[in-house]
Amino acid sequence: MNLYDSVMARKNAIMKSSIGIDYDCFESGGIAFDYEGMMNHCGYSIEDVVRIQAETAVGNTPIIELKNFTALARKFAPKGKGARIFIKDEASNPSGSFKARRAALSVYHAKKMGYKGVISATSGNYGSAVASQAAMQGLKCIIVQECFDSRGLGQPEIVEKARKCEAFGAEVVQLSVGPELFFVFLQLLEETGYFNASLYSPFGISGVETLGVEIADMMRAKYGKDPDVVVCSNAGGGNLTGTARGLIKRGCNAQVVAASVNLNGLHMASDKQFNLKSFTTGHTGFGMPYATYPDRSDVPRSAARPLRYMDRYVTVNQGEVFYITQALAELEGMEKGPAGNTSLAAAFSLAQEMDEEQIIIAQETEYTGAGKHIQPQISFARNNGIEVRFGNPREEVPGKSIIFPSHPSLIKARNADLMHMRASLIKNAIKAHQGSIITERDIEFLAKETKMDKTFVMAEIEKNGLSIGDKI
Amino acid sequence: MISKNTWVQIHRIALKPEDRSVSLPSDTKNVPLEVWVKGFLVNDCEMGDEAEIITRTGRHEKGTLICVNPTYSHSFGDYVPELAVIGDTLREILFGGDKK
Repeated sequence: MNLYDSVMARKNAIMKSSIGIDYDCFESGGIAFDYEGMMNHCGYSIEDVVRIQAETAVGNTPIIELKNFTALARKFAPKGKGARIFIKDEASNPSGSFKARRAALSVYHAKKMGYKGVISATSGNYGSAVASQAAMQGLKCIIVQECFDSRGLGQPEIVEKARKCEAFGAEVVQLSVGPELFFVFLQLLEETGYFNASLYSPFGISGVETLGVEIADMMRAKYGKDPDVVVCSNAGGGNLTGTARGLIKRGCNAQVVAASVNLNGLHMASDKQFNLKSFTTGHTGFGMPYATYPDRSDVPRSAARPLRYMDRYVTVNQGEVFYITQALAELEGMEKGPAGNTSLAAAFSLAQEMDEEQIIIAQETEYTGAGKHIQPQISFARNNGIEVRFGNPREEVPGKSIIFPSHPSLIKARNADLMHMRASLIKNAIKAHQGSIITERDIEFLAKETKMDKTFVMAEIEKNGLSIGDKI
Repeated sequence: MISKNTWVQIHRIALKPEDRSVSLPSDTKNVPLEVWVKGFLVNDCEMGDEAEIITRTGRHEKGTLICVNPTYSHSFGDYVPELAVIGDTLREILFGGDKK
């Protein structure tokens, strides 16, 4: 057995000691597991989470009405249409994004359990969030990030994240492209005995629930009503899952819409394509596979299960999100990072389908700066041979072109096929549990996983040539 | 010579191409998995030598010494003139003349 295989073979044992959760106790032996049991097992009520986050100035971020955005959207909407557009300014969290919420609880828990440090595998805002929290709570911190291609060329946004992590005193281990980052991550967990501050642990998701709670509470207090639609940028699914769970905890029935940047056609594990994408997160390259198979994450059972909560999934193109980011600067006087504006680009389009008295919220923003501003991202693309021009965003080909809409009326969120994704989830769940027997409990579980009824699940199970009582 | 306790960056190969995961696109499978780490030099060393460092978390790592006092060179990139055009278009539509 080579080194890679021997480390991977110890995966479950390493996970168990580095996160302090025995995932086996939630298992049924088949497809189903006790999701809510796992979430409750982490032992923090929503009031606890609010208090823990407040101790490090996380959360309670402002909700801002974008009046000029609304006015602009109404110019292109049918008469009587054009919902009021709001953003939740998550960039005002200490580390500059909503990820501070997830990190706050993880690092708090790590400290409480006596771990000396925390490790996270992330190239995104979560790394700086964990580093920021570790700094505040006095723990050591290692961030493992996929950063360079085989030419040693770093994605500007990821290089900036490394800088920010190091500014908070973290050690940053940088890797070339490839999913074996997980192998290095496991080695580091084993070597240090630090806590695995996974994005996908119950702590990583419970931490986002406060975002949904705040949306409901703040809108009710200030505007006397719930939002009609909440748009969540979607990658690994934790943002949407946590926000939706928070909304549900407050009895808010807003429609929950996922939005991802369309990177269709680009392979996420490709060395050559790594630097052809201008978004390192919030894109379909993570959004689709994680939604349809959540347990592909770095823990045995992911707490981020977005298809349970998603009412609709839309995509927007890179050029549209860059355009909206510039619009936010020029019309609302706010500079924010592009990835966080994915949901806003979608909201600008979706608002035009909604009635004027309705409310739509893009539930995050993120910080911007060198590397993370739209200008370095666009000029990096241009220098890598990507065609950048005005035109119809529908002509954009990820990895080949970035098309800014020649007119803002061309910004259109496109529906992803949610029914197909639900069917894929069922297919993937079957594939991952070879040898187990399909039970009534599995059917109920999959109905919850897909936000559908048992009839739908049974039909999909049968399409896979199976029924209750069959061995997979 | 680079003195011990200098802040440096080292590079090592974590996995050779033949040891990499089987399920990779060929462009990734054909190159090694590389690692870059920063820390303080344990012993005096020359650039390009095998070096040992102590990282910010106190870990020891070994690899080829490639950089002294590694800093950041990411920036705001080259100017993108389209951004000003976007701004002008939006201002014209929203605030401009008779279209208001």
